[in-house]
Amino acid sequence: MADNIIELIDVHKSFKDQHVLQGINLQVPRGQTTVIIGRSGGGKSVILKHMIGLLKPDSGQVVVAGQDITGMDDHQLNQVRKRFGMLFQEAALFDSMDSGENVAFPLREHTKKTHAEIQRIVADKLRMVGLPGVERKLPSQLSGGMRKRVGLARAIALEPEIILYDEPTTGLDPIMCDAINRLIADTQARLGVTSVVISHDIAGAYQIAHRMAMLYEGRIIATGTPDDIKNSSDPVVQQFIQGKQEGPIEGI
Amino acid sequence: MSSGPRWSRPLELVGQWGLRVLVETGRLGLLLFQSLVWMFRPPFRAKQIFKQMEFVGVKSLNVTVLTGFFVGAVFALQSYYGFSLFGAETLVGSTVALALTRELGPVVTALMIAGRAGSAMAAELGTMRVTEQIDALYVMAVNPVQYLVMPRILAGVIMLPVLVIIADFVGIVAGYIVGVILLGINSGIFIAKIVEYVDFSDISMGLIKAAFFGLTLSLVGCYKGFYTVGGAEGVGRSTTEAVVMSSVLILISDYFLTAVMF
Ligand SMILES: Nc1ncnc2c1ncn2[C@@H]1O[C@H](COP(=O)(O)OP(=O)(O)OP(=O)(O)O)[C@@H](O)[C@H]1O
Ligand SMILES: [Mg+2]
Repeated sequence: MADNIIELIDVHKSFKDQHVLQGINLQVPRGQTTVIIGRSGGGKSVILKHMIGLLKPDSGQVVVAGQDITGMDDHQLNQVRKRFGMLFQEAALFDSMDSGENVAFPLREHTKKTHAEIQRIVADKLRMVGLPGVERKLPSQLSGGMRKRVGLARAIALEPEIILYDEPTTGLDPIMCDAINRLIADTQARLGVTSVVISHDIAGAYQIAHRMAMLYEGRIIATGTPDDIKNSSDPVVQQFIQGKQEGPIEGI
Repeated sequence: MSSGPRWSRPLELVGQWGLRVLVETGRLGLLLFQSLVWMFRPPFRAKQIFKQMEFVGVKSLNVTVLTGFFVGAVFALQSYYGFSLFGAETLVGSTVALALTRELGPVVTALMIAGRAGSAMAAELGTMRVTEQIDALYVMAVNPVQYLVMPRILAGVIMLPVLVIIADFVGIVAGYIVGVILLGINSGIFIAKIVEYVDFSDISMGLIKAAFFGLTLSLVGCYKGFYTVGGAEGVGRSTTEAVVMSSVLILISDYFLTAVMF
């Protein structure tokens, strides 16, 4: 299938002697939501950082919109990155700026919108993540879940083509989890964006995913629709999605 | 991992140390070069630059005035005791003024600002590194060297000379208070000797030093912060290293700048 906006081809990555990615092959279809699941510490965040060029593979290719980004210089990489929005696992808000300025940051940097327009968009995005009126609060004055949602507002502020979400619902209450999952699904449906979501919330993943991929021991061991994953015959996949201690995956 | 014979161990250590110095100098130079390149590319980051100038300059006024005053005062006191041994008390003013403009003003101010602003740069950039805020800048297609490093370096280079002028002036006033008011040197002669012995070049050379020290402390602060690894502990380490490294570099380069200029 030709219409994969992101494609990882045999990507290897080691940190010192730790071989984290051992030949990742993954396709992200344009305009759909792909959810990556896998064990904590397995390398999901590392995969996401490869997609946007924050980490470079030791070997293999990362193809975004038909171009291999692994050999790109800063300027070319910036052109590619302007198509992305990203929510970091720990939100990575600028702690010298208040929440409103954080969300406004990409708008100020990359659009010629007036101050009033930007304020309106910021208020709008903060309302969408369930935090109306927190503009003047500093990141240090927010809870972890609130920071994450401000980070989410920042990631979608420019309405980018591709949005990478690193555990958008971890640390949120069940009602907020559902609201954020709906927001991700709505954003996808309304703007036709491509989303890549890392999640430990299997139920939520079924709700938003067009495709799912499971990372295990440095490789993608299963991909497919949520139904394919649910009905997978692979005992590793079954153990993981059912959250069982017994099985081929070692617990503690 | 010592592989060779025992006697080669010290040599190995010296070699490793030398290699580290070389690598570090190279990376410092590279960061400086990148900052220079980004300085001349739009967007020009005026807001960031003014914010940093305020941080390095305006917010360092108190400490600059305080240290300038007491350095001038104690130097007047010390040189008075020295000169009074052979009846040359009238030279106290010019001695204080020369020492301050050529040497003490730039060095003492730079060491204080390295402790105040250089360390803060390392801590702030280090925190931004370990909490992925620097990665967030990359992701939003904003170059962190242009956004974070260049404004701080520029602020250091511009503001240090300004602070040094203030320190020099306050120090000379302090010398006047101690020499003339407390120790009774004739006011007219005190001032006349300053005018007679202090050249414009003494002041301007001191300010060139100040600009160089400003570059050193902000570059080192940014460098240590920017390349921080290892969480909160790493930030602490970077901050300490920034102060130590910039202080040492300031003292060493002071000798060579003096040797070259005067
Ligand atoms: N910059 C880095 N330097 C060294 N090791 C790293 C680095 N980034 C990640 N790792 C290592 O790579 C492995 C995978 O990390 P990663 O953050 O991708 O896990 P994850 O799948 O996102 O886990 P979680 O679900 O807990 O967030 C970890 O063992 C981690 O120690
Ligand atoms: Mg992670």
